[in-house]
Amino acid sequence: MRQEATALPLRAEGLRFAAGGVEILHGLDFSLVAGAPTVILGPNGAGKSVLLRVLHGLLEPTGGTLRWSLPAEAAQRRQAMVFQRPVMLRRSVLANALYPLRLAGLPEAEAAARAALDRVGMAALADRPARKLSGGEQQRLALARAWALAPEILFLDEPTAALDPAATRQVEEIIGAIAASGTKVVMTTHHLGQARRLAGDVMLLLGGMLNAQGPAERFFAAPPTAEAAAFLRGDLVW
Amino acid sequence: MNDLGTAATLALGLIAEADATLAQIVGLSLRVSLIAVAIAAAVGLPLGALLAVARFPGRHAIVVALNALMGLPPVVAGLLIYLLLSRSGPLGHLGLLFTPTAMIIAQAVLIAPIIAALARQALEALWEEYAEQLRSFGAGTARAVPTLLWDGRFALLTVLLAGFGRASAEVGAVMVVGGNIEGFTRVMTTAIALETSKGDLPLALALGIVLMAVVLAVNALAQAVRELAARRGA
Ligand SMILES: Nc1ncnc2c1ncn2[C@@H]1O[C@H](COP(=O)(O)OP(=O)(O)OP(=O)(O)O)[C@@H](O)[C@H]1O
Ligand SMILES: [Mg+2]
Repeated sequence: MRQEATALPLRAEGLRFAAGGVEILHGLDFSLVAGAPTVILGPNGAGKSVLLRVLHGLLEPTGGTLRWSLPAEAAQRRQAMVFQRPVMLRRSVLANALYPLRLAGLPEAEAAARAALDRVGMAALADRPARKLSGGEQQRLALARAWALAPEILFLDEPTAALDPAATRQVEEIIGAIAASGTKVVMTTHHLGQARRLAGDVMLLLGGMLNAQGPAERFFAAPPTAEAAAFLRGDLVW
Repeated sequence: MNDLGTAATLALGLIAEADATLAQIVGLSLRVSLIAVAIAAAVGLPLGALLAVARFPGRHAIVVALNALMGLPPVVAGLLIYLLLSRSGPLGHLGLLFTPTAMIIAQAVLIAPIIAALARQALEALWEEYAEQLRSFGAGTARAVPTLLWDGRFALLTVLLAGFGRASAEVGAVMVVGGNIEGFTRVMTTAIALETSKGDLPLALALGIVLMAVVLAVNALAQAVRELAARRGA
């Protein structure tokens, strides 16, 4: 699926989104480039999930520009997304992994789906009904399903939100492997430790505005804004 | 009381020996209703799924119309098909009036809106859950409809059973377009309606028992489907 022309880098200028007369994203400026994961941080309601949806093309920006390096539709086809609550089709684990591959008309779909399940340690569960899996297993299946598409960009919305520490570590390992395979991961999380472990760069979203952004190492070592410092200390009042 | 006792004994006898007349009537009833459900499903299920997924002008009007048609009295459905098929009607030249085919058409018309409306309700909830994920996968309406029909298969099976229950228990539509002709268009409900008034209580009672058994079996099947669905996490 990965050819020469790439959707990245992405350039967002004055990106706005409003729904029902309320503006949720208030003019964001940033770029996304290939490489290590971009982690979007911010308190509940900051607009992180909305931002991912806008980037993925599920919501139309109501202002500003979103410029991929490919036409929007071609760029969208090179992306995948795992939602905050993963959607499990009412089918077997294998059929879930197969669905988007068949939809995209990819050759050798079954082999690719099985390989993807294997990579997340779920090959043995292939014939189980997906909706009977545990939360951690569902999350791993959702990741495998997206990974099987070998997307150029993968959006992950709080991929470990409801998981125990062991499942969280498994999922982080999978995300690391996805990133290492050349996919650009753009994710949100509330785990600062996770952000430190995975992030190449960080964006801090506060009340629908981009408060700070930059390389992860610098962001954590020397928070660029007072709010970022307070957020990292865990005593940001918003 | 004694009458009833005798009639009941005779009725059970008819069932036990699989009386030819009884078997013929039961067979025709099942055939008519099953084919009617198949036709109604072929139209109603895709229509219901499309209404659940697509947003287009006129959608709301169709939904309202379907919900209204769910309550269409069977005799009225029968009357409409009668007018179409009667000799002076637009389809009169086909000579279908008072044939099993006419009965199938009438029942299909009666239950297609029921199947479509119930399918839309069942699939709308599923679509709410799936919509973003399917859009993320790049699935348009044409791909979403079959996906919903498959993933909603257990709910839709109970919808079909409801349609079958309704078809096999109705009298009005098959009476008007079939005419209850002995050995040709006589089905369980019309036979019960007429044999009772003519005094052939044993046959009417035997048919009543069989009809009850059919309805019970349909409900047991629906329950089994729901339990299977729960086990499969659907
Ligand atoms: N479709 C919508 N219509 C109206 N308001 C919305 C819509 N989607 C989200 N919002 C609002 O936008 C704000 C940001 O929501 P969003 O889900 O992006 O937050 P978040 O940063 O992901 O929070 P969390 O960490 O709790 O997941 C919230 O106030 C939410 O109520
Ligand atoms: Mg969120």
